[in-house]
Amino acid sequence: MTELTAMTAAELAAAVAAGEVTAQEVTKAHLDRIAAVEPQVHAFLHVAADQALAAARAVDDRRAAGMPLGPLAGVPLALKDVLTTADMPTTAGSRILDGWQPPYDATVTRRLREAGVIILGKTNMDEFAMGSSTENSAFGPTHNPWDLSRVPGGSSGGSSAAVTAYEAPLAIGTDTGGSIRQPAAVCGIVGAKPTYGGSSRYGLIAFASSLDTPGPLARTVLDAALLHEAISGHDPCDSTSVNAPVPPVVAAARQADVGGLRIGVVSELSGDGYQPGVLARFGETVELLESLGAKVVEVSCPHFTYALSAYYLIAPSECSSNLARFDAMRYGLRVGDDGTRSAEEVMALTRAQGFGAEVKRRIMLGTYALSSGYYDAYYGKAQQVRTLVTRDFDAAFEQVDVLVSPTTPTTAFPIGERADDPMAMYLADLCTIPSDLAGNAALSVPCGLAPEDGLPVGFQIMAPALGDDRLYRVAAAVEAALEDRWGGPLLAQSKGLGR
Amino acid sequence: MTDLATTLVPYDEALARYEPVIGLETHVELGTATKMFCGCRTVFGAEPNSEVCPVCLGLPGSLPVANRAAIEYTIRIGLALNCSISSWCRFARKNYFYPDMPKDFQISQYDEPLCTDGWLDITVRDTVGDRQVRIGIERVHLEEDTGKSLHVGGATGRIHGADYSLVDYNRAGIPLVEVVTKPVPGAGALAPEIGRVYVTELRELLRALDVSDVRMEEGSLRCDVNTSIAPAGSAQWGTRTETKNVNSLRSVERAIRFEIQRQAGVLDAGGRIVQETRHFHEDTGTTTAGRSKEEAQDYRYFPEPDLVPVAPSPEWVAQIKAALPELPAARRVRLQAEWGLTDLDMAALRNAGALELVEQTVAAGASAADARKWWLGELARRANEQGTELAALPVTPAQVARVAELVSSKTLNDKLARQVLDFVLAGEGDPDEIIAARGLAVVSDDGALIAVVDEVIAASPDIVAKIRDGKTAAAGALVGSVMKATRGQADASRARELILERIAAS
Repeated sequence: MTELTAMTAAELAAAVAAGEVTAQEVTKAHLDRIAAVEPQVHAFLHVAADQALAAARAVDDRRAAGMPLGPLAGVPLALKDVLTTADMPTTAGSRILDGWQPPYDATVTRRLREAGVIILGKTNMDEFAMGSSTENSAFGPTHNPWDLSRVPGGSSGGSSAAVTAYEAPLAIGTDTGGSIRQPAAVCGIVGAKPTYGGSSRYGLIAFASSLDTPGPLARTVLDAALLHEAISGHDPCDSTSVNAPVPPVVAAARQADVGGLRIGVVSELSGDGYQPGVLARFGETVELLESLGAKVVEVSCPHFTYALSAYYLIAPSECSSNLARFDAMRYGLRVGDDGTRSAEEVMALTRAQGFGAEVKRRIMLGTYALSSGYYDAYYGKAQQVRTLVTRDFDAAFEQVDVLVSPTTPTTAFPIGERADDPMAMYLADLCTIPSDLAGNAALSVPCGLAPEDGLPVGFQIMAPALGDDRLYRVAAAVEAALEDRWGGPLLAQSKGLGR
Repeated sequence: MTDLATTLVPYDEALARYEPVIGLETHVELGTATKMFCGCRTVFGAEPNSEVCPVCLGLPGSLPVANRAAIEYTIRIGLALNCSISSWCRFARKNYFYPDMPKDFQISQYDEPLCTDGWLDITVRDTVGDRQVRIGIERVHLEEDTGKSLHVGGATGRIHGADYSLVDYNRAGIPLVEVVTKPVPGAGALAPEIGRVYVTELRELLRALDVSDVRMEEGSLRCDVNTSIAPAGSAQWGTRTETKNVNSLRSVERAIRFEIQRQAGVLDAGGRIVQETRHFHEDTGTTTAGRSKEEAQDYRYFPEPDLVPVAPSPEWVAQIKAALPELPAARRVRLQAEWGLTDLDMAALRNAGALELVEQTVAAGASAADARKWWLGELARRANEQGTELAALPVTPAQVARVAELVSSKTLNDKLARQVLDFVLAGEGDPDEIIAARGLAVVSDDGALIAVVDEVIAASPDIVAKIRDGKTAAAGALVGSVMKATRGQADASRARELILERIAAS
């Protein structure tokens, strides 16, 4: 690994802007790193070396011409393969989109390009973002760089692994039930889910429209904030996008001060079923915050207990409708079109072969939950629970500025361990789902290694909608204090493909 | 095939024993410049799949954004139909698989329509005279149109049996308003006419609101007709069928009539009516069974999560209401009074589709009587001969008004006026240009006329003798000769005066 791949996004951007290194050199270094570790990690589904180098050349040309560069210009990034790219295939981790080349860029993609960010390629993911391990990818699992026999989390596991293995300093993930924060937690990096609507969904292949949120993954809090800011802001192409000023996340990350901040520990998000080492690291971090001047109280959010159940009705319901369009008629895979079959038969055959088991399970769950006669009992009831979860948050945020919990109940589990046990897999998102249901902002920051397995533990911070900056204030304080204690970044302690 | 075995009961006989209830669902393509959820144009007849984008093709990742103009048009329709306008409502997804549905769901409205609970008054004629019927409006909601399938090969033009199918997505995403009536009971034998007159009235209303070009033949206005019958005096309504593909005013009437006769046949034979979708066939005037509602799809409606709720402010609704144009019913009352027409005259004008033409002709300076005379007389005959609509004739109200004016000023007589109109219809220009180019004006110069009169008198001594004997009616023959000699350009009454003067003077 060269020095360039060890640098943070903020450092790289500064070096490029100062002319200490070219964007092309930075990009080349990361492409080399990708070539070196991909056989073991498999973070990428598609590496776009030529386009990346061309984009880097454009940044270098801008600099040479004396034109202004954005705060992330020349910094490489790994893009989750659920966001469309006009110059690269986009599969959403599914066979059903194998070979599809979108004719348009997602808004997030476009904003990244406009910021001079270098898109290295598209990262692996659970098919249509459904999963917590990246094992549901149609193109094989991604391996956790801390321990290649373990999952990198999911669904944005390719993105978290790429950042952890120094293949890119930045990555974009999407969070529907925890798909940014959970992989960030189990890989020992930072991942944030912005307020719903804070970052545009236009060009994000939908899993559950009312939940999906693109967001940043990075090795430092500041890098995550820089990326968070770069992709945020109102988008007229997304009606659900928030038309409000972007929360000052970068300033908050630089502030890194929790003095006088009121922090609520959610009592429902701990206890039985949580790995002891996870709870231990979480508890220490809470104490650390208190020592830094925060006021810590315990807060009850009684309906969080039902959040997981409600989520597994709402998300599958929406996905059953969102995924209907993959019918072989217009793009992607087409099976059995030999002139003897009807359109319906071709649709059925294509969907049978094109979708994986988890996707089919959720389509069936959702179809059932929305059907006439069951709607009120399932989808309708789940929406009521969603409202109650949101009210729990609202009540809590009257008392405290942020809520905290472990990001995940356990550290990274071995590949294959939960593959045949959907319920066990779903529990990985126990702590992250409430913020998705409420549309609030949340972030995971590393808080140490679990003593029993030496794997990273994530500390989750939750803020009200549009309070994204609070996340970064707290996370940056945690990061600074813990790195002092550790004598460097957590990733430096990795014996795997980290440092 | 069982359809063919059904005996149709003669209409009067069916009505003697059964009471029909009808209901209509009318789909109207809005005339907005762009589609419902994207910026593509809404032009008709463009190259297939040329007016499309990621959104209306439903490409993965694309998102809809609602067209404000379409919402405004829908509110306009709702207000004109005396509906309540919802202050907060949502779009819903209607889920079903079909190749011409880009997303395999349609963005529509389900239990939260934009407009509810209104009415439209219509006038139908029965044996007793005019009768006003108030058609209740259940709801007016906004949705997106689907693409258009063309099934190639096979006998039916339907997807089953076709060799292959082509889909044009230009229509996908065009804003579509659905106007749903409440059931209309108590119509009796007038049910088919009520159906037709309702759609006619609705079409006029939509045209006046300037929200759609309401062309049934281009599919910008499409009707589904619900029909049920129950034994006369029964407290309960019968099971209804929904007849789709009813795409002309006449077809609305025929479809209802056919369904009444068919359903009576089924019930008479001891059968039961199945709740189903039926297809109307223009050529035969019959309906055949489509999908049965009992095996119907479950559309799994749920609120569209990609769109925010529609919440028109009271101020906006008030603004739209204040800007509504004069509605057809009010306009008709006003025009009838202004023109001094009887109900019957007015009905004739409307049936001929001449109301607007006459109004514009009057506006261009003609008297109402003249305008009516020309459009319902000579021009109606031409339209009829050419099998076209009056409005489609290549003559403008201004040209008709000019011809009428030239007749009043005696520059033209009726015969010349008809010739001038012929040349206008042939595309030779405005009346004045034609008159100048062809020298068609009435010869009112006595000098020129006297010469012709004298020639005619000299050539017809027998008739002149009769006139001298007091049989002045015989002068008609001489007038005919004068007209012939002047190729119709003489003023016939002046010619007659001159003939009598010249004979008396000689």
